[in-house]
Amino acid sequence: MREIVAEVKNLKAGYGNRVILENINFQVFKGEIFMILGGSGCGKSTLLKHMIGLYKPMSGDVIINGKSIVNTDGAGKREIMRSFGVTYQGGALFKSLTLTENISLPLEEYTGYPKDVIEKIAERKLELVGLDGFGDYMPSEISGGMAKRAGIARAMALDPELLFFDEPSAGLDPISSAKLDELILNLRNKTGTTMLIVTHELDSIFSVADRVIVLDRESKGIIASGKPAELLHESPNPFVREFLSRSDMKRKV
Amino acid sequence: MTHGYPKFTEFVGAATWKFLCDCADILAFTGELFAAACEAVRHPKKIRWRETLYYMDMCGSDAVPITLMICFLMGLILGFQGAVQMHKYGGDVYLAPLVGASIVKELGPLMVAIIATGRAGSSFAAEIGTMKVSEEIDAMMTMGFVPSRFLVIPKMIAMILVLPMLTAMGDAVGIIGGMLVANIKLGIPFEAYYNMTLWGVKPFYFFEGLTKSAVYAFIIASIGCMRGFEARTDAMGVGRAATSAVVTSIFLIAVADALLAFIFSSINES
Repeated sequence: MREIVAEVKNLKAGYGNRVILENINFQVFKGEIFMILGGSGCGKSTLLKHMIGLYKPMSGDVIINGKSIVNTDGAGKREIMRSFGVTYQGGALFKSLTLTENISLPLEEYTGYPKDVIEKIAERKLELVGLDGFGDYMPSEISGGMAKRAGIARAMALDPELLFFDEPSAGLDPISSAKLDELILNLRNKTGTTMLIVTHELDSIFSVADRVIVLDRESKGIIASGKPAELLHESPNPFVREFLSRSDMKRKV
Repeated sequence: MTHGYPKFTEFVGAATWKFLCDCADILAFTGELFAAACEAVRHPKKIRWRETLYYMDMCGSDAVPITLMICFLMGLILGFQGAVQMHKYGGDVYLAPLVGASIVKELGPLMVAIIATGRAGSSFAAEIGTMKVSEEIDAMMTMGFVPSRFLVIPKMIAMILVLPMLTAMGDAVGIIGGMLVANIKLGIPFEAYYNMTLWGVKPFYFFEGLTKSAVYAFIIASIGCMRGFEARTDAMGVGRAATSAVVTSIFLIAVADALLAFIFSSINES
């Protein structure tokens, strides 16, 4: 039986009284690349923000590495948060710190390693994402694609078992986007890290994802889940088939 | 006409509710800040001293010229207005204690705090608001950090250290401003003015002014940061947060001033 790294149970989420998502159930297994797909405004980022503990759901639960992030508060919740990494749309690097300092920050806080060891680890993480030699750069001095890669390096600083990505390809040109997909695949293959990616980028689906779920704005829930290739041919939902066939066509072209 | 009453009642109700919610938020944030401060006292090595020095420079040394200029002008204006009135009643000699006590006890700390609110308070709100827009606060939280420890404590330490120093400098130049007017307008020699200032301004007044200044520093840093955390992530959010930081801080400074004036006058009388 495959080990479950993250699980969402009967999640109902929204803002104020407005329900965005309901009856959301899925599991993410160790070592897989799991994608959350859907059109704009279907609640992909909302789901991610509830999964990483930034928002409390209206009901339901999110289990990360066997612990409920919904029903835990304070230090316990921060402990769960430390067990995963998150990369944000724009990288979310701390602008007042260099790339090395950005990556060193969680290591300084949680490891107690000496400074030179922390710097070495930070350099290695930058190498891992193809940014060796950029450690002294400030976030404002690098491109958007590089900022996203630096964000991945920072998210991987503590070697988490699970990495969340919020729209990793958003705002990137097709070549940078393809390189980022390649990087995500390489990282998974090298480190075995489980990846959960929220995206609406069609290009990434077939080249990166092991399994996907598709969210729908109208039904506020999951309308399909499974392997992309299977869903492309076998999904009973015409929207899902069309969504994935456009991605497949684009890939073939 | 009768339709106006329910609307007015609704408006008053909504405004009162908003005010109470705001008070509750300020209390909750103060509590969080207190916890972060305790953590900082227990683990001083974990305080981000480099950032603290940066904010000391930003709120302190960068603010020296404008603060001194405004305090000097304040002393000049107070001296001028005082000189006109005092001269009418033959009380020229009391101009020095009037200017000295007013500046040291009230106007110095108040003016410096208002300048700091405009410079640092709004800047704190804008900085944290921008970090919120660029998801840096979210990143901090998902890394398991407590944002207030990282973002508020260095600003708070910097402000509490720097504002009383600025106030002391402002007090000195304010008194010099009054001294100039007294010399030019009333012909009071500098030495006599100096001696009268020493006679009229008691050391306790300095303690009172500097204590007020430290309290204002706490208000400016905490409200600036709090409004930054509350900033909406839309286009106008950061601007609104900065404006709100300035307005709320000045209001709370006025309230704190009234309370502290009452407390200190009670202590002084006893």
